[in-house]
Amino acid sequence: MMFAPAPYLLKDASVSRVMTMVCLALIPGITAYAWLVGPAILVQLVIASVTAIAAEAAMLKLRGKPLAMFLSDGSAIVTAWLIALTFPPLAPWWLVVTGTLFAIVIAKHLYGGLGQNPFNPAMVAFAACIVSFPALMSQWPSVGLQMPLLDQLNVILGLAPRVDALSGATPLDAMKTALKLGEGQVDIAHLLANQDIYGNFAGRGWEWVAVGYLLGGLWLWQRKLITWHAPLAFIGGMVLISGVLWLYQPASFASPLFHLLSGGTLLGAFFIITDPVSGCTTPRGKLIFGFCAGLLAYIIRVFGGFPDGVAFAVLLMNLSAPLIDQLTQPRIFGMKGKQS
Amino acid sequence: MLAKLFKFYGGVKPPSNKTLSNQQPIRPAPLPSRLVVPLHQSIGGTPRPLVQAGDPVLKGQKIGEADGWISAAVHAPTSGTVVEVAMHVRPHVSGLESLCVVIEPDGKDEWIAHGPADRAAMSPADICQFLQEHGIVGLGGAGFPTHGKLKATPGVPMAELIINAAECEPYITCDDLLMRERADDIVRGTAVFRDMLQPTRVIIGIEDNKPEAIAAMQKAVEAQGEAFAVVPVPTLYPAGGAKQLIRVLTGKEVPGAMRSTADMGVQVFNVGTAYAAWRAIGHGEPLISRIVTLTGNVRSAGNVEALIGTPMDELLKLAEPNPDTDGIIMGGPMMGFLVPNEHAPIVKTSNCLIAHSERLFPPKAPEMPCIRCGACARACPHELQPFELYWHARAKDFGKTQQYHIFDCIECGCCSFVCPSRIPLVQYFRFAKSEIWAREKEKKAADEAKQRFEFKQFREEREKAEKAEKLAKAAAAQAAKKAAEAAAASDAPATEQPAEAAADPAEAAKKAAIAAAMARAKAQREAAQPKNTDELTPEQAKAMAEIEARRQQAGIVPEPADALPATTEAKPE
Ligand code: SF4
Ligand code: SF4
Repeated sequence: MMFAPAPYLLKDASVSRVMTMVCLALIPGITAYAWLVGPAILVQLVIASVTAIAAEAAMLKLRGKPLAMFLSDGSAIVTAWLIALTFPPLAPWWLVVTGTLFAIVIAKHLYGGLGQNPFNPAMVAFAACIVSFPALMSQWPSVGLQMPLLDQLNVILGLAPRVDALSGATPLDAMKTALKLGEGQVDIAHLLANQDIYGNFAGRGWEWVAVGYLLGGLWLWQRKLITWHAPLAFIGGMVLISGVLWLYQPASFASPLFHLLSGGTLLGAFFIITDPVSGCTTPRGKLIFGFCAGLLAYIIRVFGGFPDGVAFAVLLMNLSAPLIDQLTQPRIFGMKGKQS
Repeated sequence: MLAKLFKFYGGVKPPSNKTLSNQQPIRPAPLPSRLVVPLHQSIGGTPRPLVQAGDPVLKGQKIGEADGWISAAVHAPTSGTVVEVAMHVRPHVSGLESLCVVIEPDGKDEWIAHGPADRAAMSPADICQFLQEHGIVGLGGAGFPTHGKLKATPGVPMAELIINAAECEPYITCDDLLMRERADDIVRGTAVFRDMLQPTRVIIGIEDNKPEAIAAMQKAVEAQGEAFAVVPVPTLYPAGGAKQLIRVLTGKEVPGAMRSTADMGVQVFNVGTAYAAWRAIGHGEPLISRIVTLTGNVRSAGNVEALIGTPMDELLKLAEPNPDTDGIIMGGPMMGFLVPNEHAPIVKTSNCLIAHSERLFPPKAPEMPCIRCGACARACPHELQPFELYWHARAKDFGKTQQYHIFDCIECGCCSFVCPSRIPLVQYFRFAKSEIWAREKEKKAADEAKQRFEFKQFREEREKAEKAEKLAKAAAAQAAKKAAEAAAASDAPATEQPAEAAADPAEAAKKAAIAAAMARAKAQREAAQPKNTDELTPEQAKAMAEIEARRQQAGIVPEPADALPATTEAKPE
């Protein structure tokens, strides 16, 4: 201790504090979610968290890392929560467990653990599961179907049959399917009139969950845990491409607002593409990363075969993040206006 | 006069803890039992000792002669007797020793004859010499001899003279108190610098958390009818970094590799330096004492005027450290260091002693992996990417660290301060820099070894030549002998001449042989040069010299003079 190096004063900061704040910021979104589909989501959050902690502990032990220090860093919980929030709320328990295990064991620890994973673990889990279990990953509860907790639990635990009411799609997916089936004959305005699925701006109820994420994200920004670059660029990319197509053909392309408030857009914008480990770190890099992810997410969700495109967009961009960072190194002090 | 202020990127706001020590006036420290005055107290050459054991000295008597232009004289801080001139531990993170003059005070504190400089009769060069003779060096930490900065770069008009009174490090209040109590002399010293540099503007930058000091300086400037601008700058660490302060006050950004800020028409002096300069010019007092903040885990924190050479532990006792004190930090908590040996003396650049305890500075939590959160990059005033530097430094990929501008790092500690993973980033950077530096030195040593080898070759050639010459001489002697025999010893003096005549061609042959050997050695040397791929560019070498200066300023590494590998000492002289 005697020759510990300067600085001797340190800011009261820690990884667990960072992760705790991210979790806190998710709470408005989670609250809206629970209000919308019932307490099932809370059950999923618990399942994912417990799985994540257990998997983390096992992997740390295997790798001979100090358990207490890393378990308390909270990063596994953030991953778990993102998984629970992106999986269908009534997905069977084993699907959530599988996804979480995949995220912690493969996407995180096999790549070297905290800080080393090139891909966002939660998005890896989502992608792996949607590819392996496309049907289960697309079964969303119909909004307004407020099942009591016990019934929801039974569905999650597989004790009750997966009733038809569960095989609804997300509003985003529903619109895509309807547009496809209608083969150009269906007008979006007509679809949106269906008050069972759609609310004022986007999916009924889901739009408020999105607003919850937005609030949490703004709070993270205000507390300087994230910078504005990636979220704004992501939203910008999404708005740009959806806006252009919407102006061009409003009957077949939904409005930018619809896209912003649908699917994982805002969760992605503030909680996923801002993941520092797998994202870009330079300001210009974050702009590029966010913007491209926004474009890609839109393209995949509108023209691709999956219900949403955020996960794949993020993974694709994760892949290019190191290169983008390298090419966007900021100029340093004293080199302003000069090529370094 | 309201100046427009600029911002620098990053920076942090650590708790300042300045009120601990700025509530009481400056106290004079009592005479210590003995003074250990290191000869090497500034950047540059080590002054040569002028005294030896047993010599009586008077207060202010010169005991060390400046060695070269970048060097400043050293003086006896009080009257007494020289006990020894020997190696003693320095106040340095390395814990290494250096040559010190140890003085036992006689208690009389008797001054040597001294008086003000007659400035009217002195040229700028005379004033520079006067300051050098009076041991004036930068007191803000760098310890750069002041006279070396009192000249504008040819062709660059001097736009701003800046007096750095930001004092941005937490805990330290010596400049604050100096300004509150001795503003007049500071302004006079500033006027001396102004007269030397002839700048367009003179700005005194003070962090706005020192309202009393700002008021005192404003009053002194007005009273003396000077046109200096006293400018409060926002409190943000490290606003007192020379380049940050220049940026805030003028908007200019001095590149990391630029050796002197004068190249951009700016010169910066610490406020304590201006004061010391005036004590020299106006009173003839050499730099033998300074204001030191004593603070931290103590019962009566404050500032004392202490003699250079006072042992740290003895000085800190004046502030009554609490019993759980377990170390002394010299400098501030952001850039200072825990002194390896508490008997080390304070020197001209010792601005603050902080009593360290775990209560005050809790041990750091264990280091976690970097999560690339970028907090460090957002805090770095030099706009570096500390986590990238850390990554490459850890991987010992030093080329990459240079690519990420490691030598622009001023080791301010902002990055370590904010890192949630508790990574001692600065330590990694110091390690990388010293590693690069060491490799450079190794290369130099190798070059010198090569030169030694060449010299050896040259010597062998010469010896061969000499042998040949001896043979020639012997032959000549033989011939002379024969001649002498022939002369039948009739005329003794005449025998010398043929021998000398015979020796002359031998001399010529020897000279030719030496010249040939030298030329060969040179050709070999030149042939070897282009193969040297890891040759640094002049810019890099310059940057490294610069950073070394900065590191010394931060007291991080042994000065090169101490650290030279032993091999280089055996120079082929
Ligand atoms: S602040 Fe620490 S954890 Fe964050 S990027 Fe920098 S080094 Fe990594
Ligand atoms: S120590 Fe170096 S890298 Fe860290 S903030 Fe200061 S200048 Fe930047």
